Amino acid sequence: MTVLGHIPYISLAGGHRPWPRALVGDEGWHAAIDRLAAGELTLLGLWGDAGTVHMALLDEASDIAVLSYTCNDGKYPSVGANHAPAVRFERAIRDLFGLDAAGSPDTRPWLDLGFWDVEQPLGKRAAARKTASYAFLPAEGEALHQVAVGPVHAGTIEPGHFRFTANGEHIVRLEQRLGYAHKGVESIMAGASLEQAAKLASRVSGDSTVAYAFAFAMAAEAALQVQAPPRAQYLRALAAELERLANHLGDIGAICNDASFALMHAQTSILRERTLRAADACFGHRLMMDVIVPGGVAREISPDGISQVRGLLAEIRKIFPRLVELYDNTASLQDRTVTTGIVRPEYARRFGAGGFVGRASGRKFDARRMPGYLPYGDLAFETPVLEAGDVNARVWIRIREVEQSLSLIEQILGRLPGGKIRVSAEPKRAECEGLALAEAFRGDVMAWLRFDADGRVARCHLRDASWFQWPLLETAIKDNIVADFPLCNKSFNCSYSGHDL
Amino acid sequence: MRRTLFESFAHGPLTEPSPGAGEAELAELAQSVNRAARTTLGRSLSIRQVDAGSCNGCELEIHALSNAFYDIERFGLRFVASPRHADVLLVTGPVTKNMREALLRTYNAMPEPKWVVAAGTCAANGGLFAGSYAVAGGVKNVIPVDLHISGCPPRPVELLRGLLALLERP
Repeated sequence: MTVLGHIPYISLAGGHRPWPRALVGDEGWHAAIDRLAAGELTLLGLWGDAGTVHMALLDEASDIAVLSYTCNDGKYPSVGANHAPAVRFERAIRDLFGLDAAGSPDTRPWLDLGFWDVEQPLGKRAAARKTASYAFLPAEGEALHQVAVGPVHAGTIEPGHFRFTANGEHIVRLEQRLGYAHKGVESIMAGASLEQAAKLASRVSGDSTVAYAFAFAMAAEAALQVQAPPRAQYLRALAAELERLANHLGDIGAICNDASFALMHAQTSILRERTLRAADACFGHRLMMDVIVPGGVAREISPDGISQVRGLLAEIRKIFPRLVELYDNTASLQDRTVTTGIVRPEYARRFGAGGFVGRASGRKFDARRMPGYLPYGDLAFETPVLEAGDVNARVWIRIREVEQSLSLIEQILGRLPGGKIRVSAEPKRAECEGLALAEAFRGDVMAWLRFDADGRVARCHLRDASWFQWPLLETAIKDNIVADFPLCNKSFNCSYSGHDL
Repeated sequence: MRRTLFESFAHGPLTEPSPGAGEAELAELAQSVNRAARTTLGRSLSIRQVDAGSCNGCELEIHALSNAFYDIERFGLRFVASPRHADVLLVTGPVTKNMREALLRTYNAMPEPKWVVAAGTCAANGGLFAGSYAVAGGVKNVIPVDLHISGCPPRPVELLRGLLALLERP
């Protein structure tokens, strides 16, 4: 049965594609919360709109649906009260829209750190008032001490604050405070042209620029009912797999580097650089920004690029297995990664954690398969999954995914169709909405947008996989030593910018 | 491991020749108010990087500067953890309002003489995020900037050209 088969709703919104959006009252909203709390549905996203809150739901066995609840007096029943993954979304919605989650267990601000000139920037836009100081969650006991880290870290890292409470070396509580990279993406999206909005979507998280552009383009195409030509679909997948390859190679080395094993970092950095150079040769940009656009891809792949990618595949296939062996046979490295920072499988399921965080803890979800999108249905690949949930398992998932991406790239080059690379994706003069999921290297990115009757983007919400992974890092680090935090954090490699928007 | 190490010796270094200092960057530096300090700083600079709310694209390319191809340390440029040890503050991002104070405090923690390099389109003028309620819109709106390196993100070789301009004597 579909998601909406179990949820009483008032009516369906017109022009929402490819999955339905239903307007619900208290009964439907609570039915959804109950099903989330019972583990029968997975939360895909929770975001605000003018006087309305939207919730995207996934039933891994069937489909996806969006529920919309119209707030009375700026209030809606809290999802987070019964389903913890929603708590940070609710805090963000209050900061941006001024809509309150009635009964929420945590009413502290999340993205508004008290530095903006306005409050509720997407709601009433009032002048900011003086805010109270932020109360971190308590941890009490003799001999406990706190370590405050960030937002400026010791290395070249994105900004965020970590508050550790430790007993000697052992962490008893980690609390994250994010929002430092908040740029107000949703406010700039409102009223943007489709072209401008696609560029913005590509700069939400630079390491996943291809995945964001992919998700955004598919959401726009769903709304406008156009489809990218087959050649464009294959070129998109090529860019997406090159991006996954570059990030995984970088991560595997960086994780080892955080365990002071610099050799691996030096070697994988070489492979990563070669990957970026091949991407540059193909599409004229190392990170492949603005290559995927609504309607197809912006430029044709260069013939030189294709031969460089073939050379890259051969090079990685020659070098990488030896590095994997090195990882596996270095006891001092294994000592750091095995049993460190364990994510319990039930948490990964409950939070709907995607990517290597979910897959290392038994959750097999992969947006390329479910809901699935073109051209992945034509390509053969496996989604690796492990149960251990430690740093080591997250490294191994990346290793297996490197191998899968190499195979995918080979298949893509082998059957790259000819023809056009772009069709017109002109916004119509009618309101319409689209939703899409794309699999970034760290997990599924969700893009939702609405066009207004003037053909502009009225509202766009982009949800990074990190929203469901950051909270799990807090659970994974408990009882580990402070010195292992960088290792655990890198094994998650959550996006700060993608989360903060 | 032995095989990997041995091969590294056998195939010779991957490190590429210096791209030289960038013309545009040299021209901008010639106008810089801190010009007098350049002789004092000499041929070696310590860099403290601060992400003031970038999309992390610039960080990826700054990381690449340390790989075998660019090997930034051979030029006497190195990244340091503390602003107290730094000569150069390398800033990325449109400077979100939420990062403004942290950036200021980092700048104030650096000893004189010091330089500020703004890397990337966002750091120059806020980029696509200019005009948002949440960004200050460029590093120069918060602290004085001596050098801009353009690009979205700048390629490692462009970052290198810009940073090498800092080492040229006036």
